[in-house]
Amino acid sequence: MHETGIAEAGIRAALTEMERHGASRILSVTLRIGALAAVDPEAMRFAFEVACGGTPAEGAGLEIENVPAEAWCRYCGIAFTPESVSFFKCPQCGEYSGELRRGREIELARLEMDS
Amino acid sequence: MHLLHNEFPQSFHHKPKARAKPGDVITVDVRTEDPADIPPPGDFRLGGETRFVRVDIPLLAENNRLAEENRKHFKEHKLKVINLVSGPGAGKTTLLARTLQELADTVSCGVLVGDLETDSDARRLRHDKVPVAQLTTGSACHLDAHMIAHGFDALQMEEGQLLFIENVGNLVCPAEFDLGETVRVALFACTDGEDKPLKYPPIYRSAHMVLLTKCDIAEACGFDRAQALENLAKVCPDAEVMEVSSRTGDGFDRWIGFLRDLL
Ligand SMILES: Nc1nc2c(ncn2[C@@H]2O[C@H](COP(=O)(O)OP(=O)(O)OP(=O)(O)O)[C@@H](O)[C@H]2O)c(=O)[nH]1
Ligand SMILES: [Mg+2]
Ligand SMILES: [Zn+2]
Ligand SMILES: [Zn+2]
Ligand SMILES: [Zn+2]
Repeated sequence: MHETGIAEAGIRAALTEMERHGASRILSVTLRIGALAAVDPEAMRFAFEVACGGTPAEGAGLEIENVPAEAWCRYCGIAFTPESVSFFKCPQCGEYSGELRRGREIELARLEMDS
Repeated sequence: MHLLHNEFPQSFHHKPKARAKPGDVITVDVRTEDPADIPPPGDFRLGGETRFVRVDIPLLAENNRLAEENRKHFKEHKLKVINLVSGPGAGKTTLLARTLQELADTVSCGVLVGDLETDSDARRLRHDKVPVAQLTTGSACHLDAHMIAHGFDALQMEEGQLLFIENVGNLVCPAEFDLGETVRVALFACTDGEDKPLKYPPIYRSAHMVLLTKCDIAEACGFDRAQALENLAKVCPDAEVMEVSSRTGDGFDRWIGFLRDLL
């Protein structure tokens, strides 16, 4: 639901990088999105296209790189990939964990630009 | 505190500055303007060389930075901040109105309430001793740290002790936006059905406390309390859970006690 804000922040950051690198156009953008980041890929694509409009990123391709979730069991001291997206049950001791180590990322990962 | 606008990527409209005194209910416009200073499209260089650059920029970093500034600022003021989050209609305003009735005569409170357009929640929260500011978010479906900085600025709270924030009714986005609060309290209404935590886990997982609300009508709704508590224990095993009714006041002793213990 906040994909619009994320897309706009992403384009702003991308344009700053573009200027810093002395390029004049962005041809593609890669976003890194965690499996539990509450970002809907379809809504993200749409918001991205809108946010690019009228900027040097207009028409740029969007690639989404997924990051799988990784939870942490404080009792066993191990990281594990949860089987459910709703709750994280430690495969070793069976306790539930509320701690996520990876999977909430929302990052601008890579840019393709001209020159 | 004020946060410099040139450090924040989005520009905001600001109505002429008015501050809410106790008993006042004011409106603060925190809608974002269209991004203004984006350069126009560049030239197409057909067939030219392109290059890839790895940048790794977290896109919520700006909000997190502003949230830390808020947190520091609140700490300096010895102010404890409670961020109430839930889906639409879980009972945030009703809970808050009763909380103010029970607490505001003895504890100095302030309220920020986020809403898309209307100010009806802010008016329901009016209290002689409490400054209330309604944050008009426009299309934003959650509050962010920048809005809170402006909202707090609009409250006249010299010796404030508790600041309540009623977030926009939304089970998704508010989970991702740190406001600089001391505690985040997620409301879960008996009328929502016991599987809400399994369907929207991030918001419950991000909360320090879960309030099971509308307990007076739990039975009439056929609410499976044991199942709900089990689901919460799986999703957010570290959150404290309390059951309340803002209609009858059941459970308020514990809730008010929790708030007093924050002081
Ligand atoms: N029976 C009962 N009804 C309640 C209780 N708390 C709230 N309600 C009712 O639930 C409805 C929604 O309550 P609100 O307090 O407006 O909910 P909210 O979370 O502030 O809603 P939004 O701001 O729109 O997200 C209203 O009709 C309230 O009267 C309660 O403890 N018991
Ligand atoms: Mg409300
Ligand atoms: Zn949102
Ligand atoms: Zn374990
Ligand atoms: Zn500002």
